Amino acid sequence: MIDALLAGIVGPYEFGFMRRALVGCLALSLSAPPLGVFLMLRRMSLMSEAMSHAILPGAAAGFLVAGLSLPAMTLGGLVAGLAVALMAGFVTRQTALKEDASLAAFYLIALAGGVFLVSLRGSQVDLLHILFGSVLALDDPALWLIGGVSTVTLLALALLYRPLVMECVDPLYLRTVSRSGGPVHYAFLALVVMNLVGGFQALGTLLAVGLMLLPAITARFWASDLSGLIPVSMLVSVLASAIGLTVSYNAEIRLPTGPAIVLSAGALYIVSMLIGPRGGLLRRLIRRHHLEA
Amino acid sequence: MGQRVSDAIHIHCLTLGYDRHPAVHHLDGSIAAGDMLALVGPNGAGKSTLLKGLVGEIPVLDGRIERGTSAGAVAYLPQATEIDRSFPLSVLDLVAMGLWRRLGAWRSLRRGRAACEAAIAAVGLSGFEARPIGTLSGGQFQRALFARLIVQDARVILLDEPFTGIDARTVGDLIALISGWHEQGRTVVAALHDFAQVRAHFPTTLLLAREPIAWGPTSAVLTPDNLERARQLSEAWDETAAICRHDHEAHDHGPDHHREHDHAAHGAHDHHHGHGSPREAAE
Repeated sequence: MIDALLAGIVGPYEFGFMRRALVGCLALSLSAPPLGVFLMLRRMSLMSEAMSHAILPGAAAGFLVAGLSLPAMTLGGLVAGLAVALMAGFVTRQTALKEDASLAAFYLIALAGGVFLVSLRGSQVDLLHILFGSVLALDDPALWLIGGVSTVTLLALALLYRPLVMECVDPLYLRTVSRSGGPVHYAFLALVVMNLVGGFQALGTLLAVGLMLLPAITARFWASDLSGLIPVSMLVSVLASAIGLTVSYNAEIRLPTGPAIVLSAGALYIVSMLIGPRGGLLRRLIRRHHLEA
Repeated sequence: MGQRVSDAIHIHCLTLGYDRHPAVHHLDGSIAAGDMLALVGPNGAGKSTLLKGLVGEIPVLDGRIERGTSAGAVAYLPQATEIDRSFPLSVLDLVAMGLWRRLGAWRSLRRGRAACEAAIAAVGLSGFEARPIGTLSGGQFQRALFARLIVQDARVILLDEPFTGIDARTVGDLIALISGWHEQGRTVVAALHDFAQVRAHFPTTLLLAREPIAWGPTSAVLTPDNLERARQLSEAWDETAAICRHDHEAHDHGPDHHREHDHAAHGAHDHHHGHGSPREAAE
């Protein structure tokens, strides 16, 4: 029984492609969730969803030029995502439009452009491939890319941490003491785009958002400040990746890997929402005696 | 000017506003170094706008502000802070934001920790260091923001209605802090509504009603006459207002306007009725 269980857990990773998939997901699990924590705290959770659509036209353009080539689609996605992020950031800072509105405008343009480009050549299957990724097909360059994205993200977060927190908490104050608010904001958006592009290798543009946001939101039920939220979100993401990959390999039915990973993160979220010590549902139902002071 | 000439702020024919409509109109004067200036005036008089202009938060429409110190050396407490109080940040971390100019983005906060704790003690929040900012009451939060101002250690401090919704005891403590800054030779400018507070604690006052009404020693500014004039200046925002022709050098443009208007009127009458006055024309 235990042997069978162990075989189910360890067995899949005898295959190289599963090990690659695991390494790729673990690297993403270290870099995407901290960004998700900041997005969540800035009430920009849905912004990453919009950004994931913004990547599409670039990926599609790469696909048009070079066919189903990961480097071309990655480069295109990166360029398109950064362009949308920077333009939306610019419009937000220079006009009366708020961030959500300016981003919505640009991502809708980008998404429509992307669908148009994909439809110029290729079938629906190709579009699905771009949208949902293929974690089991990570080759060496793809792994290098994900590892690089993860490394750059963690280094950049370490460098930008203090101004980024200040920009989140009190942007007006940061403006009065420093000019770094704008650059920090753009750098943060760029990191989000990079991680979505990295995740799009493994999970596709739609599900890359899942690994960024679900762990961060889950962490909210377990930790209350940044020093707790960030590690917990990473841990949730690592767990979700491992569970998703293993279950997807062992499942009787054909369970695609990307959705399996995000569904695992979703399951962890629902469990945390119920039993989490910080404002979880069950905690709210039980009324505990109040304190003296 | 005091001995620290560099801290003085000179304002030359300054116009600030939104969408070209002036909210502060043709303000001239100087805020001397070490001054403790109260900004008073009815709602919509341009007090907040002037402070935003001084800190560089909004562009000037006309005229200029000369500051010896760099814009960064000014500490500014806005009326409605943009602070996201649901963000999981402790009081100590909020106060430590005041260390930015000394420590920047990377230097260890440990060096400024003592200063932060002293500031928190000075505003009477000892023991609250680890509390999340979201759990503070309005008065406690304002005390925390004053602690951040202390840590900022700026030569010029701008306060926009710092006592709105704050109880008497807290106001007393905070005014004592402000007076302490004044004694240390810092320049303080505060927008206030309570005339008794202003009379009791602020040596100089600027009474604004979009146009400057009076600027000088508090007792000379807060006279019934001046206050009545401030009340009467309309808050109206005229959508069709003409472009202001007020010129920096020449003040005799006003009469020019009149002459032009008269010419136009006479011209029209000339056409129909020779040199008859409007009254005659109507009859």
